[in-house]
Amino acid sequence: MKRPVTLTVNGARTTVEVEPRALLVHVLRDELNLTGTHIGCDTSQCGACTVIMDGQAVKSCTVLAVQAEGHPVTTIEGMGSVDALHPLQQAFWEKHGLQCGFCTPGMIMTASDLLAHNPDPSEEEIRDALEGNYCRCTGYVNIVAAVKHAAGLIREGARAGAPA
Amino acid sequence: MTSIMGSGIRRREDPRLITGAATYTDDVKLPGLTYAAFLRSPYAHAKITRIDVSAAKSAPGVLAVYTGADVNPHVLPVLCAWNTPNCDLKVPPHPVLAQDKVRYVGDAVAVVIAETRAQARDAIDLMDVDYDVLPAETDPEKALEPGAPQFHDDVPGNKAFLWEVMGGDPDGAFANAEVTAKLRIVQQRLLPTAIEARAAVASYHKGTGQLTLWCTTQNPHIHRFLYSVMLKLPEHKVRVIAPEVGGGFGSKIPAYADEAVAAWASMQLGRPVKWTEDRSENYKVTIHGRDHVEYVEMCGTKDGKITGIRGKIFAGLGAYASTAGPGIPTILHGLVYSGAYTIPNIRCTVHGAYTSAAPVDAYRGAGRPEAAYLVERLVDTFARECGLDPVDVRRKNFIPKDAFPYTVATGVTYDSGNYEPALDKALAKVDYKGFRKQQEEARKKGKYLGIGVVSYIEICGLGPSQVAGAVGFGGGLYDSAIVRVYPTGTVRVYIGASPHGQGQETTFAQIISDEFGIPVEHVEIVHGDTETTPQGWGTYGSRTTAVSGSAMKVAATRVKEKAKKLAAHLLEASEADLEWVDGAFAVKGTDRKKTFAELAVMANVAWNMPAGLEPGLEATAFFDPSNFVYPFGTHICTVEVDVETGVVDILRYIAVDDCGPQINPVIVQGQIHGGVIQGIGEALQEIAIYDEDGQLLTGTMMDYAVPKASQMPHIETDHTVTPSPVNPLGIKGCGEAGTIASAACVVNAVIDALQPFGIKNIDKPVTPARVWAAIQAAKAATQGAN
Repeated sequence: MKRPVTLTVNGARTTVEVEPRALLVHVLRDELNLTGTHIGCDTSQCGACTVIMDGQAVKSCTVLAVQAEGHPVTTIEGMGSVDALHPLQQAFWEKHGLQCGFCTPGMIMTASDLLAHNPDPSEEEIRDALEGNYCRCTGYVNIVAAVKHAAGLIREGARAGAPA
Repeated sequence: MTSIMGSGIRRREDPRLITGAATYTDDVKLPGLTYAAFLRSPYAHAKITRIDVSAAKSAPGVLAVYTGADVNPHVLPVLCAWNTPNCDLKVPPHPVLAQDKVRYVGDAVAVVIAETRAQARDAIDLMDVDYDVLPAETDPEKALEPGAPQFHDDVPGNKAFLWEVMGGDPDGAFANAEVTAKLRIVQQRLLPTAIEARAAVASYHKGTGQLTLWCTTQNPHIHRFLYSVMLKLPEHKVRVIAPEVGGGFGSKIPAYADEAVAAWASMQLGRPVKWTEDRSENYKVTIHGRDHVEYVEMCGTKDGKITGIRGKIFAGLGAYASTAGPGIPTILHGLVYSGAYTIPNIRCTVHGAYTSAAPVDAYRGAGRPEAAYLVERLVDTFARECGLDPVDVRRKNFIPKDAFPYTVATGVTYDSGNYEPALDKALAKVDYKGFRKQQEEARKKGKYLGIGVVSYIEICGLGPSQVAGAVGFGGGLYDSAIVRVYPTGTVRVYIGASPHGQGQETTFAQIISDEFGIPVEHVEIVHGDTETTPQGWGTYGSRTTAVSGSAMKVAATRVKEKAKKLAAHLLEASEADLEWVDGAFAVKGTDRKKTFAELAVMANVAWNMPAGLEPGLEATAFFDPSNFVYPFGTHICTVEVDVETGVVDILRYIAVDDCGPQINPVIVQGQIHGGVIQGIGEALQEIAIYDEDGQLLTGTMMDYAVPKASQMPHIETDHTVTPSPVNPLGIKGCGEAGTIASAACVVNAVIDALQPFGIKNIDKPVTPARVWAAIQAAKAATQGAN
């Protein structure tokens, strides 16, 4: 029933035995102990489970783990650490872009996809990009501000020659 | 040292949350962990005639299957803990697993415990239950009509209670009124939708007889008490831990069957059991909010003086009385019908009904949004009947600032208030007169602009325990804190409340830092574990800072008083000669002083204590406020309604709130933002819909319209500051204000926009379909009249 699948997550290769029906999000959480990726719905609306796969934001509840073989995955744990925050993490902190924090990892992953494609998005573009990520706490106002701020931090970092 | 009070410092909660390092309940893993899954009723109302679990029992990985026959003899029914008095309240038993009858879609019938999540789920599909389907009724008004299906044998006519509050002479006021405005308001069911659904990890240790329950809770001490009773365990053998909690909005206050069953299963198996709700379970089973059908009216004089308000309310409790269910449409609703106004004559009659739908309990604001909505919709309607500007009518009827403390006709006493400055600020921000001109011009061009104004009050900071007892709340409403100073002068504070996103780890540290003159980094706030924290009553009702924060303030004051005694001893001075300067007690007029850190070490080593003073530097305080607090404010919203499509576009949303002094204005703003958006969701798009068979049609996020970033407006905030006299911080609370104000604000704006059509009301959510239909009906009526 189970089969081995080799996943590359946050740069680390791991082989785990999974059922073919296992969702990527469950394997990340239950097998790889990467519990920063959350589950908030059954129907791919809420975006709490968003990760980056092949450089694109995907909802890991809508990807089978076996589909992820050979496709590098980045989760929130791969973005930055407490000692070396990613500019998006920094910006969510500085702009009070989170309250309970449950949606935040997914928000940050989706925002990173946006900023990779659009380094200076308008408020409307940010709101459109985040429409697949639900937040019930913040009313989105400070999330929008955080993404805008992060875009600035990343652009400044790029100008200074530092890695974003 | 400048005070950190009032500073918008970054939250200390955030590093773990933004890096994925936080631990929510479903992240908890224990050796030997097993998983629970529930079989739930697909019918709203049915007799169970047969349950066959044999195939499930022998399925791979299955450790146990339990039905009501197994569990109910050992676990008490889910407790209702708000027994509103003087209303003939009937509370039928809510068995943790339905045995003879199911009463709403999602009612749990059996549970499987298996080695993996998937195995537990798979086994559910192997169960076979025969149901004898009975008629359903989910509308609270219709459930009370003769001939409605009977849901509980011991609750005739589904009549849960009949509650009334009256002040003055409402019937006399209406009989003599020059103007009367009436509305039928439907407070639709709402799904609280914390993005983290519920979850529990129960671990019973057979050797010690101790149950540890990690769960998604807003109030671990209440859950310790309720689950210890339901499970018949001594309370001191139950430890409840709220790890990170991903939002609550009221839905994580009540006791639930699922957590109790998971705990009982762990007691049987001697292994930890995890249960994690999925979203469709969450929408079916976790409590819903609101669910009123209201007939309300306001009366007064032609010149806009309001003289009376009456309401006849049908309030759905759902299939069973949830933990706080009966208190919400009564105490938390009827007592604030006066709003921000001097209304001398009030009557609110609430008919509580059992229906065949999910239980209703606290959802952000809980009773007060319903009250604010009807009062503020009525003020607009009444103003229109008088031919007056709704702003002028509000101003004319405001409780004057020098009248506080002010006792309204329902008998509650507002602590403090000053309503006009908030109104003026909001009006100035929106340029009210300018907008009215713009509206007039736009109408000439076939554009329909509207403006909604709401001047709300709310009752929160729950509350004096004596009042809690008098109104049937089955607990206290004080709160607590232990302030413990370590030898190096750093501080840990253990609080009884249980914040889950509201940021008290930061704001409370600001209070302590200010009190002791120590860096904020030297303070840690601990919450959410009944093993370490003193008895508290939870985080809800915008009470945490006002009540638990005040307990902490009192405890800190006691610590400081003791430190002063020690300082006087060490400095060989009298206490009267000491002054507190820059984090130290100094002898007035000298440079001799003892810093807080020096006193901390001396108190903890106790080498040189004054006679009669105990070693150590710590204090515990239980703070019980003398009254509730009554935050207030004015919100203004401008909209454009596309009359061809019915689409409502919010142009601006302005919130001016007064929650007293703000410890951290950035966090306060965040609370307002979130609250406002929940109310806008309620106004424009959120509705839980049951069909006539009692099936929940909005059972997933595909169907229930949670507000998205792309749909919601920017929110402009401002504030005024009117301290409360009922707690030492002067704090009023801000968690629910946004939601309480915004639903009425948006709908008032939409109705204002549609005045050229003569439209008086549209039920919320004012969806494009409803707006469009109202316009068509108004046009047809006009044509018919012509």
